[in-house]
Amino acid sequence: MANVPSDLKYAKSHEWVRVSGNVATVGITDHAQHELTDVVFVELPEIGRQVKAGDACAVVESVKTASDIYSPVSGEITEANKAVVSNPALANSEPYASGWFYKVKLSNPAELNALLTPEQYQAQIAGA
Amino acid sequence: MKRTPLYAAHQRLGGKLIEFGGWEMPVQYTSITDEHLAVRKAAGLFDISHMGEVLISGAGAEAFLNQTLTNDVRKLAAGQGQYTLMCNERGGVIDDLYAYRLTDSEYLLIINASRIEADVAWLERQLAGFARRSDVKFQNTSDTTGAVAVQGPRVVEFIGSFCPGPSTGGTQVARVTDLKKNQVGRFSLAGQPVWISRTGYTGEDGFEIVAPGQHIEAIWNQLLAAGQPYGLKPAGLGARDTLRTEVCYPLYGHELDENTTPIEAGVGFFVALDKGEFIGRAVMAEQKAKGTGKKLVALKMTDRSAPPRPHYAIWSTGQGAAKIGEVVSGTQSPSLGIGIGMGYVPPAFAKSNTPVEIEIRGKRAPAVLVPKPIYRKPD
Repeated sequence: MANVPSDLKYAKSHEWVRVSGNVATVGITDHAQHELTDVVFVELPEIGRQVKAGDACAVVESVKTASDIYSPVSGEITEANKAVVSNPALANSEPYASGWFYKVKLSNPAELNALLTPEQYQAQIAGA
Repeated sequence: MKRTPLYAAHQRLGGKLIEFGGWEMPVQYTSITDEHLAVRKAAGLFDISHMGEVLISGAGAEAFLNQTLTNDVRKLAAGQGQYTLMCNERGGVIDDLYAYRLTDSEYLLIINASRIEADVAWLERQLAGFARRSDVKFQNTSDTTGAVAVQGPRVVEFIGSFCPGPSTGGTQVARVTDLKKNQVGRFSLAGQPVWISRTGYTGEDGFEIVAPGQHIEAIWNQLLAAGQPYGLKPAGLGARDTLRTEVCYPLYGHELDENTTPIEAGVGFFVALDKGEFIGRAVMAEQKAKGTGKKLVALKMTDRSAPPRPHYAIWSTGQGAAKIGEVVSGTQSPSLGIGIGMGYVPPAFAKSNTPVEIEIRGKRAPAVLVPKPIYRKPD
């Protein structure tokens, strides 16, 4: 059973969002890391880049394939997690903690309402 | 999609099923890295029932095969196999395969799953034009034959309990572990005859077992039980690919295709130019003498980066840097922890230690050409 923390919001494309003030931290869900298995490389967006919700802004590579990560929200990239770049396995072992990917200063906080609740995401992956 | 007799077993073991060459096969059970490392350190068990099995027999079989395949089957004793290729008139590879001489006049060809139709059509066409065709019997038994591969340094510790021996055909041995590399023997398992060869596609010691489809599930279960105490794990196509890439074994559709010759692919060792006439000989002889337009090279990334993947561009470096070729196989190497691959470049660039760059999503990352195999077992 994939872990779906109740204090986060989710995108259909398996990213999670943790909001603190007007900054959102983004990563991939436990379900996503379980599907990918061994993450061997993570490519994160540059600091200062403007992203729009739905933009492909990062890449996660497993042994077998490269997968695009889509930004669940619009805004400016303020931080990229160096730890997961130097130790990609963190995306598998701690997808909601030390395996986070990047932070965004929200340009349109109303977008958060369009994201899935934990229950909605749980339902989506249960039906998968 | 087609399913092997082990489909239910794959489901039971939690295999992640994907499409491969028209077959529904497990790409992994737990993780590609885990399964790959199990094969390198202990043992892994692969379902290879999707592969094809063709029997060619009769007084004309040897001559027919020597005309159709690149290697020399006359070198084979009964109970011995060889890696070989089947080429068209341009020397382009139709398939790479193993040919086993089971008895004096009976041969078993193990062919790629994705090429069964093409190979059978080609062989039947060549046989129709073969003068001594009435001396050759051809049987495609792919649909009713299954196979598994058990590979890894600890296989010798448990395969004897699974199959006590002695052999009842092929190479005469008291125990299956007495088979030498490339030898094949017929053994009795629960009263049923199976063929077991000391061959594999991983770079590790191991065996491949060919049996009628209805017996393969029992063989799989018995092997898993015998090997589990020694660390045997089921392994999927993902690990099969990373293992063979590390040791630079070609995969049809990547290193080999109908527009690539064995000489270009670096497997000219398996082309016996001196055995007499065979399909594609003239082109390959010319290439061996005069060189080729492209050459298969092995490469390794030199910095932390994403791994190389098929179709990524290979660039030369320095002054006048330009695209010189393409990656045909690539992955993150579980054994080495770095990106590795193979690709084609013009022969002038094909020297080991040549720095190159691999274009990954629009940016070029540094790599270096290395000798084959990329991974070598520590002595």
